[in-house]
Amino acid sequence: MNVLLPASLPEALNQLASDATAVPMAGGTDLLVHWPVRLEAHERTYVDLSRLDSLKPLRWTEDELTLGGLTTYWDVILDARARAELPLLVDAARQVGAIQIQARGTWAGNIVNASPAADGVPVLMAYDAVVVLESRSGREEVPLDRFYAGYKQMKRRTDQLVVEIRIPRRRYTYQVFEKIGARRAQAIAKVGLAVTCSGAGWRVVAASVAPTIRRCPAVERLLEAGIPIASPEALLPAIARDVAPIDDIRSSAHYRTRVMARVLYHDLRDFWGKRA
Amino acid sequence: MKRREALAKLTGRERYVDDLPLDAFLWGMTVRSPAARGRVTAIRFGKDVDWSQFVVVDHRDIPGPNVVALIEEDQPVLAAGYVRHVHEPVLLLAHPSREAVRRAVRSVEVVVAPDPAAVDFRVPPAPEQIQYGSDNVIKHLKIEKGDVERALAGAPVVIAGTYETGAQEHVYLETQGMIAQLDGDVLVVKGSMQCPYYVLKALQHALARDETRVRVIQTPTGGGFGGKEEFPSHIALHAALLALKSGRPVKLIYDRGEDMAATTKRHPALVRHRTGLTGDGRLVAQDIEVVIDGGAYVTLSPVVLSRAIIHAAGPYACEHVRIIGRAMFTNAVPFGAFRGFGAPQSQFAGERHMDVIAGTLGIDPVELRRINLLRDGQTTATGQVIRDGTDRLAVMERALDLSSYREKQREHAAFNATHATLRRGSGLATFYHGAGFTGGGEVTLKSRVRVAGHPNGGVEVLSANIEMGQGTLTVFTELAAARLGLAPEDVTIAEADTSRVPNSGPTVASRTTMIVGGLIERAADDLRRRVGLDDSARGAAVKQSIQRWHREHAGEPLFGEAAYEKPPGIVWDDQTYRGDAYGAFAWAAYVAEVEVDLRTCTTRVIDFVAVQEVGKVLNPTLAKGQVQGGVVQGIGWALMEECKWRDGAMANNQLTNYLIPTSHDVPPVRVAFLENPYPHGAGGAKGLGELPIDGPAPAILNAVARATGADPRTIPLTPERLMDLMESAECGVRNAE
Amino acid sequence: MTTLTVTFTLNGKPVSLEVDPAARLLDTLRYQLTLTGTKEGCGEGECGACTVYLDGLPVNSCLVPTYQVRGHRVETVESLDPGALEPFERCGATQCGACTPGVVMTAWWIREHPELLETHDTRELMAGNLCRCTGYDGIIDSVKEALEAGGRGKREG
Repeated sequence: MNVLLPASLPEALNQLASDATAVPMAGGTDLLVHWPVRLEAHERTYVDLSRLDSLKPLRWTEDELTLGGLTTYWDVILDARARAELPLLVDAARQVGAIQIQARGTWAGNIVNASPAADGVPVLMAYDAVVVLESRSGREEVPLDRFYAGYKQMKRRTDQLVVEIRIPRRRYTYQVFEKIGARRAQAIAKVGLAVTCSGAGWRVVAASVAPTIRRCPAVERLLEAGIPIASPEALLPAIARDVAPIDDIRSSAHYRTRVMARVLYHDLRDFWGKRA
Repeated sequence: MKRREALAKLTGRERYVDDLPLDAFLWGMTVRSPAARGRVTAIRFGKDVDWSQFVVVDHRDIPGPNVVALIEEDQPVLAAGYVRHVHEPVLLLAHPSREAVRRAVRSVEVVVAPDPAAVDFRVPPAPEQIQYGSDNVIKHLKIEKGDVERALAGAPVVIAGTYETGAQEHVYLETQGMIAQLDGDVLVVKGSMQCPYYVLKALQHALARDETRVRVIQTPTGGGFGGKEEFPSHIALHAALLALKSGRPVKLIYDRGEDMAATTKRHPALVRHRTGLTGDGRLVAQDIEVVIDGGAYVTLSPVVLSRAIIHAAGPYACEHVRIIGRAMFTNAVPFGAFRGFGAPQSQFAGERHMDVIAGTLGIDPVELRRINLLRDGQTTATGQVIRDGTDRLAVMERALDLSSYREKQREHAAFNATHATLRRGSGLATFYHGAGFTGGGEVTLKSRVRVAGHPNGGVEVLSANIEMGQGTLTVFTELAAARLGLAPEDVTIAEADTSRVPNSGPTVASRTTMIVGGLIERAADDLRRRVGLDDSARGAAVKQSIQRWHREHAGEPLFGEAAYEKPPGIVWDDQTYRGDAYGAFAWAAYVAEVEVDLRTCTTRVIDFVAVQEVGKVLNPTLAKGQVQGGVVQGIGWALMEECKWRDGAMANNQLTNYLIPTSHDVPPVRVAFLENPYPHGAGGAKGLGELPIDGPAPAILNAVARATGADPRTIPLTPERLMDLMESAECGVRNAE
Repeated sequence: MTTLTVTFTLNGKPVSLEVDPAARLLDTLRYQLTLTGTKEGCGEGECGACTVYLDGLPVNSCLVPTYQVRGHRVETVESLDPGALEPFERCGATQCGACTPGVVMTAWWIREHPELLETHDTRELMAGNLCRCTGYDGIIDSVKEALEAGGRGKREG
């Protein structure tokens, strides 16, 4: 196993540019799972990001909250302004694993791990987050809701590092995050939902019901247009257009679809049939 | 008395097998069958490994019979050309580097020509799937009382029900492991285990070594729950074979994924009830069928089946009972002991069925139990006359009282009528658990203990019963100290080392305090007599007499001894399965309050009350801890612990996908004890360790049924299953509007 | 095998080691430094038996590459004051002990940061430490007692 220990961001970017197979290592909470028995993982080259101090802090400006490339869930949980203004970030962060994971897991790591069941991604997406990537050849910004092309496929080249996640500051008239898991902590989402409403419109983001975490445009249209919805079943056609849940080791497509319909229906009971 | 080893555990100083220093040792690992059944046609060693660096052991290296001694001689130490379950051990490897031996295991290909595997214990096997006897039935058992067919034919009401329970994985936080090494000519095996003498016997048998050349030492054990009752013998043999072949110490520690996939689990069960009653709810006939999945080897299935059927009819009076039990062979990874040992499975069915009966007859579930709970003078299914003087109705009343059962019912009705998405309900289970080995089992064990007196006047308890968290070290100290009037500091408990301690039997069956504790009391009395004192002598007099004895007998050992004696009046017939199954039953009533979210069909236990009569509570903190721990295991089994199978092996063998409750998933468990001293149990105590896991699952499902109107009959009651049930019954969907 | 030099502060003292780059902090603590108080329960960050403090925060040492602790502060269960653990003894926080060091580390961290209970409850904070023996009541009661013994007892919301 080879591990590179860059002391600065430019050094790290050089290393990533020189070796397309090198794997950036942030908090390790995904990459080290079952490490002793994943022998093939020991054969790779890793680029240790932990010394890149510039990537750690989160930053508030007048218009944005910018999470650093190494900002952890715990960093956000402790941030009083995040609790007040962007509470879904704190809700989601508190439901990631448990404190031991929250202390080490990073938002950027959650994005690039690209799990369809991720906890951080849905709320970031519902807040219109923008992923900022840097490489030796420059800086690129990709809205998170356009970041994923397919299962575990994302718009990140191997020489790029997520250095910032930019979240616009807005007044939200409604926001909710729901994680449905098999237990209340240390659970992988069977269904994840993040819903926001602001001057920029409705955002409905679903997790664990498709190969990627994604916006649900058909459901959003129902809300934008104020279509009356009288029951969870009335949402099923829109849900069928937006997502494609499967049966897997954790749950079934039928369950996921029904839960998504019921949770959306009940959470948004005050909003169906009313134009934004 | 506080747990005596608590500080060592809290500070991390307590050393488990993987913590022990060991020089120049090899890491051992197991190569396993990839197939559920078939002939091993080839074993291919990969070219990328320098095999000369490895110790390789196969069945030909076994000096004695290739059998792990237990009930039947059917399970090999290592497969010798034929395999009967996925993960069956075939080869053993050892190397100084753990990573190297992991790689090497990956590089061995075990090629199996598959034969048709028996996969579903609930259906009769096809002819080509028969691998045990003529019908794959490992064990048949029957209990009969009265004339159940005639009673059913004449019963005003007959209510049938079928119930299923899934397997359960122990998830002891310390995985299984052993160290084996030669000390001169003596093979010494140390590790995590519940039964040092089971391990000793297995080692002697397969390694053809007599007891002077094998020594087994239990190391502090990080949880067992039955999972370390019989399985450690396998790992002990594996480590020993590698140590014998290499001449080096060998350490064999299972990774969590391997432990979950390859070791035993609770027997899955299918239980059918046909119950005859009068119109006002009195039981007249119970016809019960219990079928359990034993997996690919016999292991302890006959005994699990035995306990399952003995408890199947519940703590109720009924004149006509027939219970038929079958343990089935399948090509699943063999199932084994797990806390409760068959009683949780059959009592889940029985107690859920009681509520189904109550619902069908329109009777209050509490009233149904009040009518039928055993009164003194009445008999159990095996004809055992219950006359212990316990007020079983009072146990139930206490649980109803503590849980505010009646008030909650009214509150729930109002809550459920108005809440858009949540439903609440409370459920009751009344149940029992026989302590100690069944019938003549304790007599067969012939347990012995010793209490030594040392020159300094202190005493040492020597038994083979081990501490795995349930409090053995503390309770044994308290019992010996109390008996002799000594301070706890004057009492030591010997390490469970077969070269030093007598065979006091296994640490199972809720017998350690009640039975072995009782032997310790008698051995202490014997010690006292040997130093010339009578039973009333205590404290300083005892210490001084021991000291004086040693001055007068310099260099000689001083022991008090005791051997198991059956309490008077216990009569059991193993042929007819009639008589006194257990010397004592503990009795319990549990109430679970649940909240079901109709959107997700997730069930949350929001309150839990556990009331039990256990003879005498010797140590309140330890006893309460046993109840709380057992209840939470029961909550997990009822709601979230699901084994997912592929070819008879666990596919979800990781803690991310096999879920046990976290602290955030369970309410405080409120515990109360009633006492009615059992004259033949140490300090008046009855066994307690397993009772608490018999009650939670049916109490919870009864609560969910009340909350939602659904009728669940299978555990785990996952949200997916509850959703399917409610959709098919059309009760939940309407409620969610 | 090429090793890496990792210099860090361990239980208050400076330490410098040659480590295998593939080593997890858990492996380094248990097998290289023979600090066996920290336990391995699952290798996947679910059970918390391997909990240590990294710069004062509880983390799963099975998920920390050892090379990442260079220049940082690591504290293990061996650094806790046994004299302060009396509430845990009294309230039945431990039975078999396999989860216990991890539990104590997280519990002690809560006790040292009682302000957390303004936004979190104890059961949520302890949810990363699985226990199979106690059913959690003994653990939760111990945290409460430890807070009160430290004069920091708080009424939870």
